[in-house]
Order: sequence, then structure tokens, then C-alpha cells
Amino acid sequence: MSIEGWLQFLLLVAVVLATAPPLGRYIARVYGDERTAPGDRVLLPVERAVYRICRVDPDREQHWTGYALAVLAFTAVSFGFLYALLRLQGALPLNPLDLPGVEPRIAFNTAVSFATNTNWQTYAGEAVMSPLSQMAGLGVQNFVSAAAGMAVMAAFIRGLARRGTATLGNFWVDLVRGTLRILLPMSFLMALFLVGQGTVQNFAGKTVVTTVEGAEQLIPGGAAASQIAIKQLGTNGGGFFDANSAHPFENATALGNFVETWSILVIPFALAFAFGHLVNDRRQGRAAFGIMIGVWAAMSIAAMVLESAGNPLLTALGVDQSASALQSGGSMEGKEVRFGPAASGLWAASTTGTSNGSVNAMHDSFTPLGGGTALLHMLFGEVSPGGVGVGLNGLLIMAILAVFIAGLMVGRTPEYLGKKIGATEIKLVMLYLLAMPAVVLGFSAVSAVSDGALSSLGNGGPHGLSEILYAYASTANNNGSAFGGLDSTTWWYAVTAGPAMLAGRFFLIIPVLAVAGALGRKKPAPASAGTLPTHTPLFGGMVVGVVVITAGLTFFPALALGPVVEHLSL
Amino acid sequence: MKDDLTQASPKPSGSVRTQEPPDAAQGAAPAPAPAEGGRDRNPPPRRSLFDGPIVRRALADAVKKLHPRVQLRNPVMFTVLVGSALTTVLLLAGLPDGSLTENLFGALVALVLWSTVLFANFAEAMAEGRGKAQAAALRTARAAATARRRRGGTLEEVPATELRVGDECVVSAGEVVPGDGDVVEGIASVDESAITGESAPVIRESGGDRSAVTGGTTVLSDSITVRITAAPGSTFLDRMIALVEGADRKKTPNEIALDILLAGMALIFLGAVAALQPFAIYSGAEQNVIVLIALLVCLIPTTIGALLSAIGIAGMDRMVQRNVLAKSGRAVEASGDVDTLLLDKTGTITLGDRQASDLIPLPGVSAERLAAAAHRSSLADETPEGRSIVDHTELRYGIAPDPAPGGSGELVPFTAQTRMSGVDGGGRRIRKGAVDAVRRWVSESGGTVPAELDELASAIAGAGGTPLAVAEAEGGAAPRVLGVVHLADVVKPGIRERFDRLRAMGIRTVMVTGDNPRTAEAIADEAGVDEFLAEARPEDKLALIRTKQAEGALVAMAGDGTNDAPALAQADVGVAMNTGTQAAKEAGNMVDLDSDPTKLIEVVEVGKQLLITRGALTTFSIANDVAKYFAVIPAMFSGVLPALDGLNIMGLASAESAILSAVVFNALVIVALVPLSLRGVRFRAESAARLLRRNLLVYGLGGLITPFIAIKLIDLLISSLGVF
Repeated sequence: MSIEGWLQFLLLVAVVLATAPPLGRYIARVYGDERTAPGDRVLLPVERAVYRICRVDPDREQHWTGYALAVLAFTAVSFGFLYALLRLQGALPLNPLDLPGVEPRIAFNTAVSFATNTNWQTYAGEAVMSPLSQMAGLGVQNFVSAAAGMAVMAAFIRGLARRGTATLGNFWVDLVRGTLRILLPMSFLMALFLVGQGTVQNFAGKTVVTTVEGAEQLIPGGAAASQIAIKQLGTNGGGFFDANSAHPFENATALGNFVETWSILVIPFALAFAFGHLVNDRRQGRAAFGIMIGVWAAMSIAAMVLESAGNPLLTALGVDQSASALQSGGSMEGKEVRFGPAASGLWAASTTGTSNGSVNAMHDSFTPLGGGTALLHMLFGEVSPGGVGVGLNGLLIMAILAVFIAGLMVGRTPEYLGKKIGATEIKLVMLYLLAMPAVVLGFSAVSAVSDGALSSLGNGGPHGLSEILYAYASTANNNGSAFGGLDSTTWWYAVTAGPAMLAGRFFLIIPVLAVAGALGRKKPAPASAGTLPTHTPLFGGMVVGVVVITAGLTFFPALALGPVVEHLSL
Repeated sequence: MKDDLTQASPKPSGSVRTQEPPDAAQGAAPAPAPAEGGRDRNPPPRRSLFDGPIVRRALADAVKKLHPRVQLRNPVMFTVLVGSALTTVLLLAGLPDGSLTENLFGALVALVLWSTVLFANFAEAMAEGRGKAQAAALRTARAAATARRRRGGTLEEVPATELRVGDECVVSAGEVVPGDGDVVEGIASVDESAITGESAPVIRESGGDRSAVTGGTTVLSDSITVRITAAPGSTFLDRMIALVEGADRKKTPNEIALDILLAGMALIFLGAVAALQPFAIYSGAEQNVIVLIALLVCLIPTTIGALLSAIGIAGMDRMVQRNVLAKSGRAVEASGDVDTLLLDKTGTITLGDRQASDLIPLPGVSAERLAAAAHRSSLADETPEGRSIVDHTELRYGIAPDPAPGGSGELVPFTAQTRMSGVDGGGRRIRKGAVDAVRRWVSESGGTVPAELDELASAIAGAGGTPLAVAEAEGGAAPRVLGVVHLADVVKPGIRERFDRLRAMGIRTVMVTGDNPRTAEAIADEAGVDEFLAEARPEDKLALIRTKQAEGALVAMAGDGTNDAPALAQADVGVAMNTGTQAAKEAGNMVDLDSDPTKLIEVVEVGKQLLITRGALTTFSIANDVAKYFAVIPAMFSGVLPALDGLNIMGLASAESAILSAVVFNALVIVALVPLSLRGVRFRAESAARLLRRNLLVYGLGGLITPFIAIKLIDLLISSLGVF
């Protein structure tokens, strides 16, 4: 990898290190039980007005069941509203191009996709979505699905931190506060920055221009910058344009690209610090952050190095793939020249480690192992650092599993943050762990042998298997990035992606809330020398081991027949 | 580690379990004095792990346990059983069409899979074996069985099995006590060796804390009337038999949680292997189902699945080996979690009794005069403290033993009310006793109490001792205080080191004593406990346990008296002394047959060891999977996708031998780990962080590397046969 690549990586780490801790402290104030946070003077009246209008009693706390039902109900309503909006967009205002209603299959897929924070796209935004659908439909979901994920995380942390109480907070309050105090202000600033970098933000339809060759070209416009700000910050990833962040109107400059990469990562990383503050033990937060950034850094470096190394087949032919003033070097297939292989690999690892899913290069064109790295990063369960809220949840579930095995090895009934981990918690942890592999392997297995599904493949052989695996890894982890190659608009993929996304969202959120409910009722035991410390590098390493070994053992055979054999055959 | 523990604190010789209760001395107890040097221990014969008859029996049981109902209790091994059966069916169905090599391979896989199940059964049967042998021995004690029941003034001979709660029966010398009960009349020496393995007889008498008798024990002298407190079938002996046999063994909470984890992992692997076939078909390399079953069995955590119940049974057994009867596996498990130990000062931290260590005369009194007065006034004090004063003065001041204590005057015996003893005669009255009691006696008789007395007394109390005052009245004169006897607690040797080790393990020790705070503090300092509770009444102990539990602590304590029963019941781990009352034994969740309160520490270590063994083998089992993948996946696919031979990093000879090596390793590792699971992972008193580091290194890293080497070696062996 080039010096510039390394510098870019180190600079990103430095910026994350500088920004995530203060942001985490602020987020902890937003979700803390004291309910005082900076900006109360302006935002508290707004918040109160929202509660009044929605008839929410902010002081009424919910049990885990009530909280889960609220999440489910909110998602159901979001889905219904979005589906109706997409179907009816032809008859609604703000439709300068007179786009027709979205066809049912695509509307269903998109509504599930955006309500579950997946943002898997089976459409080309500029050709299918009216500005109204983009803003009132997809844009709104970008905010609230992210806020819902963070709300669940807040409830989970309360379950860990509270002593002997059955309630976990109020979902509606967490939803409103997360949106109003975290996502909206940050997105506002981010959108302004993006506009400054050249990202479009207008209500224009398509501008018709004549090119120098004399041909006529349609140049799309739209309120892209505002959408892109939240798509990155909320780890949504749904592109305004079909080419997503590879499109110059979305991601214009190298600086913009760098800041967008940061904006994908900053909230998930900050949540680790928020966790430390909320459980009153900042070492725990630093440990969670350490685990997240450790895995993310390893996967980022892997993807960057693999993509920068170039294509071995071309090397064998004597093609110069080194970086120089004239070329960015490395494997450039499917990559933007203004980003090059290092920035593309960095983005790929960042977007798959979070549940973002936006892409600035086409993962399908990556080297077998480079693409495999992105695939594996999702299969880790997206905990490094994961989607907003849900990533930290996943990491803490893994920590509970690690504590269960490690705790036994120190001769005590395992406990995490003083709470004993018993059969109930382990049952729920196993449900959580089973859901994603079951969906990915189940749907992929059927897709690998059914003719209807095979016809969607862009490639045969191991690469085709990678495409299948990637599609379900992306949907089941609510990532939403596309490997490309695979035609996701076919009946089979458009429909099966729905249950995959729903399972990936709710079969994880419900066990998480149930664990929170079970742990919240327990009284923590005081720590002693006999207590397994969960803030040490050793324990962090153990959690990483559990994450890697769990995913590795589950997906090794599938990966062996996909990216691994493809690489070995080069 | 275990052995030096025992050496560090030798079994208390009679000091804990006072063979002769002090106030029984007047009762002319017929008990034979304990043998010189404390007790004549006759421990139950210790069996080696692989005792011949136990192994033979376990081999037979391993086959019996193939019954699906038994296997269903263990989801992981049940999966292997189903896999074995399926492999056998597939093998038989494919026999006519298969080549010789194919059939041989299938037959070998089936054989190894069945062996895997049998090995797991064998491990469990081995763990049960020792308990079963012990139960058989206990049954002989129960066999003796007629009782002389008292019915309206007459005695009738009935079978012991017909006794009901509340019946009274008479048991005389040479007879076996027919059931558990309380002595309501009489006093006798009883041989309890059938239960405790302890041959020195103990005194059992009506009233007080030594009234409990256990069915199956033998009365050696005298005759007692016993009121039966347990119905036949639920006596201590019955429960003990059921316990060591594991008849009503229930899964413990942690075992259930671990079972769920293992079942969940088995499900994940079942999914991974089931999905592999479509992927294989897609890749043009459809797999033989026998090979897929072999892969599944390799991946699911069979090692820990096979040994899990053996580990639990062996943990219970290790308690029994230490003469502690845990009423449930749950109690054994909880003892590993204990973070606060409540220890009685007397008998646990200090030797049973305070001993006279010094005599301090007041100004103007000679040491000899004080010694003589202390000696005479203590002759009527039968408490161990009183006797220690007599011994001390005779030994250190050469006071002649009084041949006829009554001769020198009228003895005033020690009572709990007066808290003094003394003697009146020869024109003088001497009193010795608690400082305030003596002071009152002096001033009531017209004497004055010098200020030095209080100074001396508080100095002694401050040093952890108990001051006793000695005063004398000559003729009709007012009494005068002669000096002070310093009674000191003697902290048991080695106890401080034990507390240090407990602290390293994160366990706090709390000393409970009836002493005043200053005395308590001094002893607490000397013994190195973390906390103490002074001037404690039994209800304070209960309150302390509740407070600690409210703070989230798990509390263990030992106790024997009826007073202790509520606290024993409240504690998370309550170890009742076998010498104690029925109430205490009912309330605790363990009974220590040796009645040694320091055994709490060993109980905690056994509990920890149990959990560590489970965790270590779980880690080992999961870590093993990595190597198995590298053996099996290239073997499955390198025929069609030659590039995948790149994953064959062990360089295994052929596909068949690679798969066979993996399953053979998987089966053999169970047998190899049977001794470890029965004996338990070595436990060290270390902080959790250090324990984790060590165990992760040994069982995590070891579990990762070992199979790579072992599978390669097995492969070399198999390929050298030249078949595959």
C-alpha cells in the first residue's frame, strides 16, 4: 500500500480518536437517567411539544416487553407509511419528473429496507424516486430507523447498569431525543459541509445538456446532500443516486470522501464511550472501543492492502500496477480514479463493519480476498463498530458470551458488570447468535441450487457463490451494501430480502431487549479480585476471539467455496 | 496444592469438636478419652481414579447408557447418537454398490462415531462409579434394623422401617440407632464411623447442642432414649446414599446454562453443515452424507458435551472425599461464587479455648502470691480457661497440684451468673473471674478497687486478651485485688496465610465473635481477616448475612448450634457441623462430617475447581474445531476444486485418512480428558485475571494447537496402513 494510503488510514484513526470520546460523553447525557444535556434551553421545549402532540408521557417507563412492542409497532407503522408513499408517489406533489408509483415488489423491498435501517436498494434512486419519496419517505426513515437502533442500545445499557429494576426507559423518549439531539444537528452540519464539497442540493429535476460530442445528456439533481449526511451518520447507506457514494454528485472530492468515511464511523465508535459513561465505568467503554477499533483496523488494513496489491493475473502479464504520479496503482477495476484502491478499501471495510452499506467502489470487482474481507466483516455480526446502536448491542452480546466462557475459567458463575449470567441470558444470547447465520446460510443454500435464483447471478463459479452469500449477509445484517453483479430486482431476491432484513433486525433486537429485561432485574455483585475484569486487553482479546471464531466456524465452509477457493485458483 | 493446605492447618485435635463438653465433666461422662494426639482417623479407603471394579462396571454402564432416553438429556451427544445411527443405515444401504475402500471408510467412520458416544457414556459411568461403590458400603449400615419402641411405658420390638416421626425408642450399648433423632433422655458414647469414617466415639446427650443422633451409628456405652425426627427413607443416611449415588441428580443452574450454550452451538453447526451440501452441489462437488455427518460430529462441542455430566458428578464426589455432604449440586456450584466467608472466631480462627498466658500482679503483690491465689481459685473452674490457669500456674510458678481441692476449703464453682469461681476456707476467701464481677465483689465486701486494675485490664483487652481479676479477703478484712490473669486467644498456625490466599481469590473473610470490639480487633489483626463483627449475638450474624447479601455478596458460613440455624439457612452456602443439632443440619446446605469449620475454605476451592474445569474444557472443545476444519474441508473438496488443497496445511495423506483422523481425534480426546474431568483442573489461589490468562493459554491456545499435531500423527498412522 502507498504511503498516502497509510497516512489516510492513520489520519482517520486520529480523527476518530479525537472526536468519538467527546461525542460519546454527549450521547451519554442524551440517554442518561438525569435527562439533562447541553442545549436543553432550546431543545427541551421542542421535545416537550413533541411528547404533547404524540400524547407520550415521558416519565412512564416501559418493561422490556413494552419497549419491544413499541419498537415493533413503530417499525410496522413506518413500513406501512413508506410503502403507501412509494406506491402513491405518482399522485403526490413534488414529483417534477412525473415518476409513476413504485411497483409493489420494489416498494415492499424498499419499505422493509429503510424501516429496518438496512437501506438495501433494488432501484436506481434518480430514476425511480420522486423528491417527495426521497425526503418524506426515505429521508425520514434514515433518521428514525437509526434513532430506533440507538434507543434499543440505550435500553440495553440501562438493563446492564440498573440495579433490580424491571423497566428500561421509554422508547418514544429515546427515539425523540436521539433524533433531535444527535442525528439532526450532526446531519445539518454534515450536509452544509457536503454542499461545500460540491454535493448537489436542489429541487431541480433533470437538467438537459449537450455534451462536447453533441450528444444530449440528462443530469439529475435533487436534495442529495441532506440525504447523504444522514445516510452516513445514521449508518443507513442508501444512496441518493444508483452509484451511491461512487457518484461524484454524492461524493465529490477526496476531502469529502475522507469526511464521509469518518461520518460513517463516528457515532458507532462514540457509542462505545457513551456506554462507559452510562454504566459509570469508563474503562468498560474504552475496552468496547478498543475491541471495535481493533477489528475494524485489521479488516481495513486487509482490504486496503489487498486492493492496493493489484491483480496477480495482471502482474503475471507484466502490467505495471504500482502507484505513481500517473496512476493510483493496485486493482482499479470498479473503483473511482479520484479515490484509488486504498480509500476504496478503507471505505469498504468501514461500510461493512458498520451497518452502513454505502459504497464508493464496486465490491464485486474487488480481488477475491478483498471482497471476501468485506463479506467476512459483515458476517462478524457487524460489531466493529457496527450500526448505530445495534453494533454496540452485538458487541455486548458477544461480551456476555465471552464472559460466560471466561468467567467459568476463573471459577465463578460468570458475571458481566456484576450481573450474573445464567440460563435465561444464555438462551437469549444463543437466539441472537443463531438468527443471522440461519438467515444467511438458509437463504444462500436455497439460492445456490434453485434455478430461479441462479439466473440472477452475474458470475458463475466461486464468485457467483460470493455474490449470493454477500446478498444475504448484507440484508441479514441490515447492511445494505450490494456486491454488484447480482440482479437483486428479480422476484426471488426482491422478496426473500424482506424476511432476511426483518429477521436481521428483530430477531436480534428482541433478544437484546429480553436480555436487558432479565439483567435489569438483577442486583449487581460487588467486584473483587475474584471477579473477572472485563476492561482488560486480555478480555478484549477474548471477545475478539469469540467474534472471529464464532463467525469463522459458522461460515468457514461457505467462505472456503467462495472467496477462498477463488483466490487460491488465481 | 490440596496437600499443603491440609498440612498448613492440621486437623484440629479435639479442640473444635470438644469431645467432653465442659459441663459434662460433673456428669461423670463414661466416654472413653480420645486417643493420644487427638483422633484416630480411619478415613474411608481412598480409591484411585481407575479402580479395577469401577472401570469394569463403567464399561458395562457405558453400553446401557446408549438408551435414547438417557441420551436425550444431552443434546450434543444425542446428535452424535443420531449421526452414528444414520451413518450405519447409510453404510448398510450402500454396501452392495460401494467399492471396498468406500465401504471400509464408511464402516470405520460408523465405528468411530459409535465409540464417541460410548466414550461419553463411559466418562459419566466412571464419575458415578465411586459414588456407587460408596453407596453400597453405606447400605450395609442401613441394613441393621430393629428398634425398641416405647409405647405407653412398655417397649416393643419393631422393624426400623416402621418408625414414625415422634416415636421414641431406647437404644443401648451395642445397638444401632434405628433412625435420625434427638436424644431425649440419657447420655451415651456413640460410634459414628459408619457415617463419618471417624472412629473416635462422640458423646450424645439429651438437651443442648449435642443431642442429635444419626441412624446407622452405634451406641457404645450406656443407654439413650431417642425421639425419631426423620421418617424412614428420608433419614440422613438415606439422603447420603442418594447423594453419593447421584440418584436424584439434577442439573445445576450453571450446567443448564452451559447445556443451552452447547446445544445452541450444535444447532449453528448443524445449519452450517446442512447448508454446505447445496453449496457443494453448486460447486459441482456433492458430498457423501457420511462425510457430512463426520464433519458435523467433529464440529459440535462433543468434548465438553461428553464430559459435562462427569465433571459435575466428580465435583460432588470431591466434596464427599473431603467428608462434606452437599445436599445439592447447586450448593457445590454456589460455593465457587462465594465472596464473603463468615467465620466464627473460636475454633475456626483461634484454637477452641483461651489460654492463660501471663499473670500480672498489682503493685505490692508478689507474683508467687498471685499465682497461688489464681491457682486455688481456679480449682473450682472446670471451664477450659480455668483449667489453663491451673496448668499455667503449676508449670510456670511451680505451684503444687492440690491433691484434694475440697480439703483446702469450700469451693465456689464458676457459673455463668456470677462469672467467678473461688474458694472459701483457711480464713480467707479468694475469687477469680471477670474483671467487673470481681470488682463488684470487692466493693460490695467493703474493699477498694485500685485504678491500676482498670489500666491493666484495658491494656490486656487492647492486646486481644481477656483479663481476669484475682482478689483475696483475709479473715474479716476487706478484699484486695491481687492482680490480673491474661487469657489469650491462640490464633491457629497458618490461618493468616490461608486468609491471604482467600483474599487473592477475591474472598473477604469476616470474623464473628462475642468478644468486645477491642479484643476482636486485636485478633482480627493478628489473623488477618478483612472484617470482624464483635459482641455478636446469633441474630446479629443473621443480620450481617442479610446486609452482605443486599450488597450483592454471596456468603458462606459454618455453624452447629440451634442458634445458628437461621443464619445457616440464610447463607448462600451453609455448612453444618455433623456434631451439631438436627436444626442446624437441616438448615445448612452442606454437612461436614468432620465438623471442621475451616473446611469452608476447601469447599470454596472445590466449587471453583468445578466451574474452572467446565470452562477450560469448553474452551478446549471450541478451539479444537479450527484444526478439524483444516483437516476436513480440503479433504471434502480438493478432488473437484484442487485449489482448496492449499488449505491442507497439515499435509494429510488422503481425503479418507484426513476425515478419519479428525473423527478419531475427536473420539480419543474424550477418553484422554476423562482423568482431568474427574480430578478437576488444578486450582490455584490467584486473582481472576491471572487465572484467566493461565487457563486461556493452556486450554485456549493448547486447544488450538494440540489437534493440529494429534490429527497429523493419527493421519501418519492411518496412511501407514496403506489402505487410504
